[in-house]
Amino acid sequence: MELIFQQMPIVIGALNQGFLQTLKLFSITLLGAFPLGLIIAFGSLSKIKAISLTTQFIIWIIRGTPLMIQLLIVYYFPGLVLHTPIWGGGESGRFLAAAIAFIINYSCYFSEIYRGGIQSVPVGQQEAGLVLGMTKRQIFFHVTLLQMIKRIVPPISNEIITLVKDTALARIIALQEIIWAGQAFMKGSHGISGAIWPLFFTAFYYLIFNGIVTVALSWFEKKLEYFR
Amino acid sequence: MSILEVKNIRKTFGNIEVLKGINFSLEKGQVLSIIGSSGSGKTTLLRCLNFLETPDAGVIKVNDEILFDSADPATRSENQIRKKRLHFGLVFQSFNLFPQYTALENVMLAPKLAAKEKKIYDTEREIIKSQAIEIIEKVGLAERMNNYPHQLSGGQQQRVAIARALILNPDILCFDEPTSALDPELTGEVLKVIRGLSDSNNTMIIVTHEMEFARDVASHVIFMDGGGICEQGEPRELFENPKEERTKQFLTRYKTSSQTFPDFLDKN
Repeated sequence: MELIFQQMPIVIGALNQGFLQTLKLFSITLLGAFPLGLIIAFGSLSKIKAISLTTQFIIWIIRGTPLMIQLLIVYYFPGLVLHTPIWGGGESGRFLAAAIAFIINYSCYFSEIYRGGIQSVPVGQQEAGLVLGMTKRQIFFHVTLLQMIKRIVPPISNEIITLVKDTALARIIALQEIIWAGQAFMKGSHGISGAIWPLFFTAFYYLIFNGIVTVALSWFEKKLEYFR
Repeated sequence: MSILEVKNIRKTFGNIEVLKGINFSLEKGQVLSIIGSSGSGKTTLLRCLNFLETPDAGVIKVNDEILFDSADPATRSENQIRKKRLHFGLVFQSFNLFPQYTALENVMLAPKLAAKEKKIYDTEREIIKSQAIEIIEKVGLAERMNNYPHQLSGGQQQRVAIARALILNPDILCFDEPTSALDPELTGEVLKVIRGLSDSNNTMIIVTHEMEFARDVASHVIFMDGGGICEQGEPRELFENPKEERTKQFLTRYKTSSQTFPDFLDKN
């Protein structure tokens, strides 16, 4: 126990650094997947069959295979199969590959939630906009969007909380996120080796962060209660 | 010159011919009531006039300008249709107010977006707002204009919807069974507003099941049956002296049912 207290400052420092990478991956995934998901949702709602079927096919592939495998493919495929390593060997290359895999994966999940949200807004809302001379674009941004957002906050919240924990999967391509940082103390890192507790300790980081995310999301949900 | 001329409008959904060649015209300031049983094509006709449905055949003219001609594909493009829509206003049976906006914001939204599109919103802002307030006062909701739709009764929501259509100054204001979704005790306030509009010389088309109201307010009545116009004429003539057998049957059915609920047909 005493040993743990001695190791604590060093471990916390290393875990904080790993968590920063986790946080970066989390934020960039949301930043990319929120808008990309919307574009994919429009694709699967498209009246042009070729577009909607292609989009639905892609969604099927992405949702039907493990994110871990997608990470491996995105990271290794260009170098090992195409012999054009586009990511470079460093941490920044791994981060870029991870970010792209995460954004693609999450935007497909988001797109299905968006689609449900858009379809659940009564068609009368769009018709009211049309007879008032609005363009389809105006109707989407000024009439449909907020009603859609209100409806999708609970399911999107679920995905966001899952994303916080899913970032750990990036460990598979050796991205130096918090699990990687915790695990490093087993093999030896910062002069400490054979310690497994730092790895267990990472769970607190996830727990606390998800607590904050949950509070923020329910605040947002409350904010939208002003209309029905 | 007629303000509205409708020629040979046809519309088919799948195998069902919903409109079988509708012809009528309307003079400025006239109020046309369209009556008929459910499924007779009344709502589809209104939706065609507002371009929510595209007729399979026919011509629609407003002030002698051809808005729609099934033979001329140029009149069917999205952008064209959007501008032409503004000749008509439509009040829906189910109000369709935008729930995230207050009553005032609901009324202001369309003119505001139009002004933004023309990049004149900054100079027009106050004018639009004062117009909106004026119209909301006209439908008797000055005190509720900062309420959200869910805080309003059905009758109040429908009055906001009327104000929202009025602010765009349509040539012809259409009502699709404006009181059918309302509790009987709330129909009166809505009918009163519509009556007020007819008194101030607005051109209107009202699809309704309120026979008393149709007879009082309309200057012309069309009875639709099975996708066609079965009979039309002056309200007094059509209600008291129907010529067609189907009109007689329809009106008799209505009289019997209205005797069961005498209250809500008389209130206006």
